[in-house]
Amino acid sequence: MADVLERVTKIIVDRLGVDESQVTLEASFKEDLGADSLDVVELVMELEDEFDMEISDDDAEKIGTVGDAVNYINNK
Amino acid sequence: MKLDGKSVLVTGASRGIGREIALEFAREGANVAVNFSGSEAKANETVDEIKAMGRDAFSVQCDVSNAESVASMVKETIDRFGKLDVLVNNAGITKDNLIMRMKEEEWDDVININLKGVFLCTKAVTRQMMKQRSGRIVNIASIVGVSGNPGQANYVAAKAGVIGLTKTTAKELSSRNITVNAVAPGFITTDMTEKLTEEVKSEMLKQIPLARFGEPKDIAKVAVFLASDDSSYMTGQTLHVDGGMVM
Repeated sequence: MADVLERVTKIIVDRLGVDESQVTLEASFKEDLGADSLDVVELVMELEDEFDMEISDDDAEKIGTVGDAVNYINNK
Repeated sequence: MKLDGKSVLVTGASRGIGREIALEFAREGANVAVNFSGSEAKANETVDEIKAMGRDAFSVQCDVSNAESVASMVKETIDRFGKLDVLVNNAGITKDNLIMRMKEEEWDDVININLKGVFLCTKAVTRQMMKQRSGRIVNIASIVGVSGNPGQANYVAAKAGVIGLTKTTAKELSSRNITVNAVAPGFITTDMTEKLTEEVKSEMLKQIPLARFGEPKDIAKVAVFLASDDSSYMTGQTLHVDGGMVM
């Protein structure tokens, strides 16, 4: 779990240029981390690469917060 | 050379304008995936000509109105060339008829290939181009998509749709350094226009200020421009290449 969060956090920090302290499980990509729709699509693409998985468009649309992403990966 | 080492996918590249675009891109240094729907032999001829220039090329069968088929074509192109710099959405068909006689099937077929096909191919390449942080999409529309043309309700609607789609795609992808522009050819001498009667052709000629029909090369040169660095400050535009027919 911690490992997944760490890897997800690193990607978010790199991609969105936010401070690591802002990346909490509750943080919304769009509202708290300043991502636009394309940023979220790209984050999902990077998560797919990082964790070697396919995230369908339907599932991707449900990922709104850092916690959503971490849970999705842990449940796969 | 303007496209040295670029990886390019041209849909509908076995004949007509698409074939000339594939060849012209290769002359400018690009490696080309030559898509075809039915004319495999013709597509392979195009491939052979490109290889003779010292570039890499291969033919790939795909119905552009089928999402799965499109996804596998794009994957094959990326696997082969290692990247995808330019998509030219050229594949198109006509099924002309007056609206009052046009069958629903004629409408659907043309919309599916000429409009939905552009959407599906565009969607399929965006992932790769976004990752690359660069890309060029060149859509081949038609001047009748701007002016309208009796007997071509389906074709005109599809081509006007492509012009709108060009603008929206341009806006969505601009922040990722992907430009999207369209070419609107006028009357170009190809198999598609050969079908017209002499009477229609001579009527059309009267409406062309430059007083000649266009050649596929006239379109291919502009497509090269839109795919090259020369046009890097242009996006969402539709260039009329029609001898001045519609101003």
